Formats: sequence, structure tokens, C-alpha cells
Amino acid sequence: MGSVPLAHYLALAAALFSIGLAAVLIRRNALVLFMGVELMLNAGNLTFLAFSRNLGLMSGHAIAFFVIAVAAAEAAIGLAIIIAVFRTRETLNVDEVDALKY
Amino acid sequence: MTPLLAAAFSEGLVFYPLALLTLIGAFAMILARNPVYAAMSLVLAFFGLAGIYVLLAAELLAALQIIVYAGAIMVLFLFVVMLLNLGETEARKQKVTAGAVIGGAVALVGWMALYTVFERLPNQDMPTALPEGFGGVAAVGKLIFTEFVLPFEATSILLLVAIVGAVVVAKARI
Repeated sequence: MGSVPLAHYLALAAALFSIGLAAVLIRRNALVLFMGVELMLNAGNLTFLAFSRNLGLMSGHAIAFFVIAVAAAEAAIGLAIIIAVFRTRETLNVDEVDALKY
Repeated sequence: MTPLLAAAFSEGLVFYPLALLTLIGAFAMILARNPVYAAMSLVLAFFGLAGIYVLLAAELLAALQIIVYAGAIMVLFLFVVMLLNLGETEARKQKVTAGAVIGGAVALVGWMALYTVFERLPNQDMPTALPEGFGGVAAVGKLIFTEFVLPFEATSILLLVAIVGAVVVAKARI
């Protein structure tokens, strides 16, 4: 096992993105749903860093830095919304939070 | 890989175990019934990813990954789980619905599509020589404060809005 080609890093990122997507589509717990979103953001970061390494450019590092900052903001807001929803409805199941449908 | 690591390890010998660890963490996250276990599995996946970032010569991002993701964000998740006291209510058995099957199939097809694209990439090795200080704090910091200064300022406003928004949304009575 010598060096690892770029395609393997990208395949790993694709797998992580798909698992995150599956978490968002399958799980009905709002918290796990958010974890799936975090995993997808991380897969994007991995792609940025792999291409950065491959091209010898550091722009991907700067963008990954911003992605982490955005993910932190998203987690704070998302969890605040989850707390607000739980306070009124006593549930985290996203299928039961459907007031807009009627 | 950084020259220091390259002297001691073969890249593949580090990458494939870390990739396996990350995938195990991600799968455990999606399969766990209890949100606390899901969060801890995701921490495992984040640590694996941090190791892979080091392998990609992104030392600053690897440190940020552990501090911000494994540290701050996952602690925030655990705080919310314990604040809401979810343990028993969510532990009940989940039914396998048609929506779950379709969702899993969509994710699988998505991975296949991405893999087919990446498979066609030229199968060349990564360049061995990198610029001095690649991925270090100084180099990335210089880039952020020169070329990416506008996104940086926008991020600072975004974080301010997020702080105010989180307080406004979560607080019962202001």
C-alpha cells in the first residue's frame, strides 16, 4: 500500500454524503436528522480538502473553514428550533410536526 | 501527506483503517435507536475524518474539526438530548416504512452515481511536493485574511445573527 489516489478520497466522501442523506431520508428523529446534515457537510469538506491536496492550492482549506463556521451556526439555530418545537408539541418526530399541512 | 508522516508511514496503511473507522461511525449513527449513541458514533466518525485531514496535509482543519465539530457541536447536541430528556420516548422500536425503504434506495443510487463519476477520474497519485507550510495556520490564515476577507466578514455577521436568533427562538419569554 503506497500512496492513495484521489478517487479513493472522493469515494469515501461520496459514501459519507450518501449515509448522511440516508439519515435525513430514513430517520424521523429531528436530532438524528441534523446529525445527517452535519455528516453531509463533512463529506463536502473532505472533497474540498482532497482536491486542495491534489492541486496544491489552499483555497479549499479556506472554504472548508467557512463550511465549519456555517455548520456551527446551523447547529445552534437548528437546535434552538428543536427546543422550541419540543416545548409546544412534546415530540421530536418530524412526521408529527405537520401543522402546515392543514 | 506531510513529510514527517511520510517518513514513518505508508499513506494507504493510515488511510484505509481511518476510512473504515469513519464509515463504521457513520453507519452506527444512522442505525442507533438512542440519540445519545447516535451522537457518540458521529464523534467517532468526526475523529476518523480529522485523521484523514491530517493525511491530506490540512493540519489546521484537522484541529478545527476536533475542536469545533467533535467538541462544540456534538456537545451542543448532547446538551439538547439531555435537556429534552429523550431517553425513553425515542427508544421505542422504529417501524420500517415505505418511506424509509425509498429513502435508503435514493441514498444508495446517489452513492452509485457519485462513485461512477469519481471512478472515471485519472487514477494518478497525489503530487508529493507541496508548497512550504501547506495547510498550516499561517498559510491558511494569510489566505483567509487576504483573498477570502469578504466571506470572512460575512461569516462574522452570520455568527452574530445565529447567536441572536438562537436566543430569540429558544428562550420562552424575552
